[in-house]
Amino acid sequence: MMNIPRKELLALGAGLAGVAVLAFLPLVTEGFWLSLSVNIMLYAAICTAWALFSGPTHLVSLASAAFFGVGTYSVAIFIDVLPFPALILIAVVAGALLATLVGLATLRLSGVYFVIFTLGLAELLGQIVTWVQTNFGGTIGLYVFTDFTETHLYWMLLALTVVVFVTGWLINRSRLGLALRIIGNDEAVARHVGVDTARTRVILFAVSGAFIAVAGAIMAPRYGYITPDAAFNPMTSFLVVIMALLGGTRRLWGPLVGVVPFTVVMDFISGHFPNQTAVIMGLAFLAIVYVLPDGVTGQLETLFRRRRSIDKSLLAASAEEGR
Amino acid sequence: MLRRSFNVLMLSAALAVGTFGAAMAQDPVRIGVSASKTGPLAGGASGVLWPNIKLWVEKVNKAGGLKVGDQMRPIEIVEYDDKSTPEEAVKNIQRLATQDKVDLIIPPYSTGLNLATAPLIAKYGYPQIVSTGNANDLEQFVKRWPNTFWLLGKAQGIADGIVGTLKDLHDAGKIGNRVAVVNVSDAFGLEMIKTGKPALKQAGFDIVYESSYPLGNQDLAPVIASAKAANPDAFIAYSYPPDSFALTEQAQLQKFDVKAFFVSVGGNLNAYGKRFGAAANGVLIMGGVNASDPVFQAYRKEHLEVTGQEADWWASPVAYASLEILQQAVEHVGSLDKKALNKEIQSGTFKTVIGDVHFENNINNNNWTVAQWNDGVVHGVRATGNLQGAQQPVLKPAWPSN
Repeated sequence: MMNIPRKELLALGAGLAGVAVLAFLPLVTEGFWLSLSVNIMLYAAICTAWALFSGPTHLVSLASAAFFGVGTYSVAIFIDVLPFPALILIAVVAGALLATLVGLATLRLSGVYFVIFTLGLAELLGQIVTWVQTNFGGTIGLYVFTDFTETHLYWMLLALTVVVFVTGWLINRSRLGLALRIIGNDEAVARHVGVDTARTRVILFAVSGAFIAVAGAIMAPRYGYITPDAAFNPMTSFLVVIMALLGGTRRLWGPLVGVVPFTVVMDFISGHFPNQTAVIMGLAFLAIVYVLPDGVTGQLETLFRRRRSIDKSLLAASAEEGR
Repeated sequence: MLRRSFNVLMLSAALAVGTFGAAMAQDPVRIGVSASKTGPLAGGASGVLWPNIKLWVEKVNKAGGLKVGDQMRPIEIVEYDDKSTPEEAVKNIQRLATQDKVDLIIPPYSTGLNLATAPLIAKYGYPQIVSTGNANDLEQFVKRWPNTFWLLGKAQGIADGIVGTLKDLHDAGKIGNRVAVVNVSDAFGLEMIKTGKPALKQAGFDIVYESSYPLGNQDLAPVIASAKAANPDAFIAYSYPPDSFALTEQAQLQKFDVKAFFVSVGGNLNAYGKRFGAAANGVLIMGGVNASDPVFQAYRKEHLEVTGQEADWWASPVAYASLEILQQAVEHVGSLDKKALNKEIQSGTFKTVIGDVHFENNINNNNWTVAQWNDGVVHGVRATGNLQGAQQPVLKPAWPSN
């Protein structure tokens, strides 16, 4: 029997109830709100998966677009010959494989070198795909026609998000999670106490990459026509980082807190100011960095801690008086 | 004195209420647009699609509005930026259909975004007249989404056009059979070379040089140098705007003189004629227009007056024609009933700036495929179907020394 703290059991219950409610959403609305929810769910899955790796290691990865594209292409290439669940599996393997290769090559790098490498990765893969298709494929665009509706995509993304959360929770409770936290706090200490830092990071990077690839695979039917520019769009990587940082990466549910308001606010802006979106977005980013440097969850924790210390000092003061 | 001013005030107030009331009586026709304002596709969309929407709306509203049955209703545009991504485009279409509940939709810019939004536009039943996208296997899309209409026709016809022009020149004994062909390696260039190369071989041409270069490559000097070394009679480039310009520039610099010099997308831009001036004379380009048609000439003038930018010599009038078709379909049907509109567009004939348009199985088979620059004006020299007004192509003179 696993020893699960009461607080986590409560969180689990709340999470399950939340998922149950969310699963019914497509039965209530199937128009615009469902489309918006698909986008929210997509980024909820990707950002949480991103934070699985980047949260504890403090390594900012801009490779999300690369994994996403690999997943999209896993579907686009094999859609006519294999059933969809098999394609998801291919995406998992392809995403994990890519992450492992990249991880082995770069995870001994740290800081800005890692960021730059991951930034280039999506572009590199996009160019490779273009080159392969130029020389062997004959066309660049690939069609993905399925009978999936937005409802199906939404449910698949919801399921993916749940799996990401469960995985994250299990990792946190495992030796791997402990090792990661030590690496994040002080890498030298981690190495001294015998943690294989490179291996730990590669494993986690692979897990994170595989999940993002699956998100790409699920979205392929919505694209309909897959081209390297759309599949490996670098904007995806940046949005993921911004949303996850807005939420905060210290808690598993941190990115979620960023994704929901960000997507809704951005949607409001692009809906009401279609010609000034870029300017307003830029101002919003500045505001986020200045006002919420630790993200929403970080801010909440600070507030909470401050209140607790006020309570304590009040208690101390009243004790003083009572004496 | 005071009373008189008061009376005037009352009168003007009454007038104001009167006109306000009248304006209210004519419910606007709300038309939704989702296209790129930012991102990689924004350049193309803001050159071709957005200005024509502006021109069309201004023209229709100036004339009293869109005729729906016996009412003249003003057009109101609801526009969103798709940021050049399929996710946003899909969401925008949802918003237009279910939140704004628009009466009609003008589809996005580019083949990719039109295909990504097609399932949803079809779900809500709006006619989707695609003026900025095409592909080789359009029939399968029409089967899937019978509300899609493809104004640019099949990619195949466009790629084959230049081969036909060269063959005519060859048969008339004006050029030899040595051809150099290059293409940009992206979706467009590959699609074109895939049909263009076999067509060249079938027409008996000898491909003496062949190469492709990546999109965004600005150093095309080696490409032109190698093409020149192969000593061809004709040069074909299935190219995009930046490289169409760069290839022309290099050919001019290196004095790469051929009797037929062809560039694709980009050669149709007004900026191309401005950039190369007299050197552009005789350059063959993809697409085209009937420049001697007074309807087209009037359109070009209005485009410049209203939008402040020049229409190009291929895509702009096609984009404008898609809006004219939508307008005339509404006038013919007399309502905004989507089913009736789709049926009318499938079967009707429409008078547009690119001539009379009639869709066959939802595809427009009458398209300009090759045109030629002459003194700052582009004349269509070859078309698919039965388009009128094609001029005889002339051999390209040597590049003027600069």
